[in-house]
Amino acid sequence: MSEAPLALAHQFDDLDQQHEAGSLGMWVFLVTEIMFFGGLFAGYTIYRSLYLEGFVAGSHILNIKLGATNTAVLIASSFTMAMAVHSAQKGRRRAVMGFLLLTMLLGFTFLGIKCVEYHDKYVEHLIPCESVACSNLGLQFAPVEQALQEIQKQHAQLAHVELYFCFYFFMTGMHALHMIIGIGIMTYLLLMARRGKFNAQYYAPIEVAGLYWHFVDIVWIFLFPLLYLIGGRY
Amino acid sequence: MSTAPAEISVEPRVHYLNVDYGIKSWLLTTDHKRIAMLYLASITFMFVIGGAFAVIMRLHLIEPTGALVEPETYNKLFTMHGIIMIFFFLIPSIPAVLGNFLVPLMIGARDLAFPRINLLSWYIYVVGAAFTMYAVVSGGVDTGWTFYTPYSSTYANTHVMATALGVFITGFSSILTGLNFIVTIHKMRAPGMTWFRMPLFLWAIYATSMIMILGTPVLAITIVLLALERLLHVGIFDPNLGGDPLLFQHMFWFYSHPAVYIMILLGMGVVSELVTCFSKKRIFGYSFVAFSSVSIAVLSFLVWGHHMFVTGQSIYAGLVFSLLSFLVAIPSAIKVFNWTATLYKGSVSYQAPMLYAMGFIGLFTMGGLTGLFLASLATDVHLNGTYFIVAHFHYIMVGSAVMAYLGGIHFWWPKITGRLYPDTWARFAALVIFIGFNLTFFPQFMLGYLGMPRRYAFYPQEFQVLNVMSSAGASILAVGYLIPLVYLFWSMRYGPVASSNPWGAKGLEWQTSSPPPTDNFEETPVVTEGAYAYSSEEAPVV
Amino acid sequence: MSQHIVSPKIYFLIFAALFALTALTTGVAFIDLGPYNTVAALAVAVTKAILVILFFMHVRYSPHLTRIVVAAGFFWLAILITLTLSDFRTRSWTPRPSGWEISAFSPQDGR
Repeated sequence: MSEAPLALAHQFDDLDQQHEAGSLGMWVFLVTEIMFFGGLFAGYTIYRSLYLEGFVAGSHILNIKLGATNTAVLIASSFTMAMAVHSAQKGRRRAVMGFLLLTMLLGFTFLGIKCVEYHDKYVEHLIPCESVACSNLGLQFAPVEQALQEIQKQHAQLAHVELYFCFYFFMTGMHALHMIIGIGIMTYLLLMARRGKFNAQYYAPIEVAGLYWHFVDIVWIFLFPLLYLIGGRY
Repeated sequence: MSTAPAEISVEPRVHYLNVDYGIKSWLLTTDHKRIAMLYLASITFMFVIGGAFAVIMRLHLIEPTGALVEPETYNKLFTMHGIIMIFFFLIPSIPAVLGNFLVPLMIGARDLAFPRINLLSWYIYVVGAAFTMYAVVSGGVDTGWTFYTPYSSTYANTHVMATALGVFITGFSSILTGLNFIVTIHKMRAPGMTWFRMPLFLWAIYATSMIMILGTPVLAITIVLLALERLLHVGIFDPNLGGDPLLFQHMFWFYSHPAVYIMILLGMGVVSELVTCFSKKRIFGYSFVAFSSVSIAVLSFLVWGHHMFVTGQSIYAGLVFSLLSFLVAIPSAIKVFNWTATLYKGSVSYQAPMLYAMGFIGLFTMGGLTGLFLASLATDVHLNGTYFIVAHFHYIMVGSAVMAYLGGIHFWWPKITGRLYPDTWARFAALVIFIGFNLTFFPQFMLGYLGMPRRYAFYPQEFQVLNVMSSAGASILAVGYLIPLVYLFWSMRYGPVASSNPWGAKGLEWQTSSPPPTDNFEETPVVTEGAYAYSSEEAPVV
Repeated sequence: MSQHIVSPKIYFLIFAALFALTALTTGVAFIDLGPYNTVAALAVAVTKAILVILFFMHVRYSPHLTRIVVAAGFFWLAILITLTLSDFRTRSWTPRPSGWEISAFSPQDGR
């Protein structure tokens, strides 16, 4: 059977057109995501150029081991996602499910490590927040001794380090949110694959979700050096 | 009254309006034509609300000390008028109403590429509008539609969050609409419809969609940062904490300047269709007009700093932005020249759509030329923050964009509803709108030049005469807008039934019945000629 | 279907390359290269991104249109960053009159 007529939407003439339209649609959406994250990168660039010492200090306070591990985890998840798409192209249902599951597990690992990092920052009083509600909750920007030492070493101003941590939390937080959405999408795909909805002719949703996941990986590929590797550690 | 050719018109038995009845068939539709109608209803509603705020403002400004409201209330009025008109009326108007309806018809497709995403975009719009309406009824917001920090992030105690959230959500409606159009135009053109055989309206939609895709996300992230700053009291845009208010302005205007081109580009696309149909002539310089749409889209992203000449931006950056702003005027001028050349030696007829198109050409020229005063650094120092700016952008947004929208609504009304509206009333309304508009906004050029600041609830005595003139014009304009509301509604029930092509226009949408069936065409059309293949023998319809 | 199928071997090679580049960039961060630390880090990041885009996201095997769309996205981001930076970087070119408060965010003084 060369076509799966049930999978063809009525506005399209054939599955090829539908597949191409779906891919192009996801790519155009990813461009909007480039511009969305791009706004954060632009703000980051401006403030880093203005307050380099503050950014160096903040970066040195971050845990580079956890950051590097997370990068490796995400790259591995991109690999497993690419393999999921490959399996879909070959029509191997079980392999698709297996690789999707692996990707999700790696995604959860990333998020877990992120939680550990966020918790560390909470304990070190590095959460940027000056509102009354925050101080009632014990969340305020008052770096502990070890962090303060680093800040003084770089001759940085506290306000600038707080700005750095604003960008750290906003950018990694936004990234984590996108990952959670990605894992949700993969859950849905997993269920659809289990029900046998995909075959070698119709696998566009998996490919399109793959594009989204790889994009999330690319954002982290840039976040890692920009947040964790500023100024070198020597 | 009716100017259709004398043929017996029979309403098609089954079309997209009567194929199914009931509220579920409308709220769960995926038919692009019905979704366009859903948008038409929503944006008309928002237009009335935004217009009501304008009426109150103009009534208030009859007296130099303010006749109606407290200054704090006045601040809320101009803020909400701007937010509603820009984000909830102008930006969705032509793209979401005319674009949604026409794109598949014009390219010969059965629907857009992603019909369910299309419906989702309408629901997103409604949710965003709901948040903003909540802010309106619970006390309003007074930051100006531009939400400048640190006032909006730190000091304002009005409903900034709710409004910002409403705008943020509605932005996604814009993004999804643009995404749909881009994919549809790339992948779903009918056989034989090459890029250069497309009607210019489609080139304009494509350019507009480019702007929506590339610009709106930056507004989204800017609003997120604003909300976070307001919530957490951090200092991204607050100088007290090391931030820079100008960063907000850069990010805000990176979207908001191209946004004004979202509003006008499609108006230009409509005018291209109207001018060719009502001169029964090919467009002069098709590829110039097509490429000018795309160049406007590209150049529009390079000029945003001209909103920041006097806010503390580096003067060297100002220089660059000023030069680029002059450049972006060129493709717009090319269009005006080409439309004029199209009219030359055409058999011109003056039905209501054409009156709106001609009004557009004249008023857009004025609005565009006054923009050059503002693009030039030195004169902008004098004119920034005055009514000159208010008049400039209203000439573009109201005198041009709204007129193009109305012209388009009238032109495609037979196709949308299957009925003809009464053209005499329509021409009368167009005239009333034209007169009312100019009486409202021309005095504002003079007020601005004389130095009256914008966003002020009171003014020196010597400006009163011009203000009263402007308010008088506004009341005429309001009447002018009400008249089409009445006869268009009336025509849906009592208007004469329209044939498939009452104007004798070229374009695939006119080759199917009025209104079209749900799948648009009986069979997929094949395109063998260019877009405006009007022959010189076609008799003028006067 | 006309979609190109990439072999798992290539995927694995790319994965290994990405892994190696991550190790490289982390390692280089511990070496003093002055301003070139940033250059090196960004160069590695761009290389990794290109590998993911070309191979994992199949752009190498995709139609022209896809490449234009991807390029447009990054180009527009470059416009945002470059023109905004041009404001901040050139503010100090205009001398400020003496006796005025120097702003909190001037890059010249050490405040």
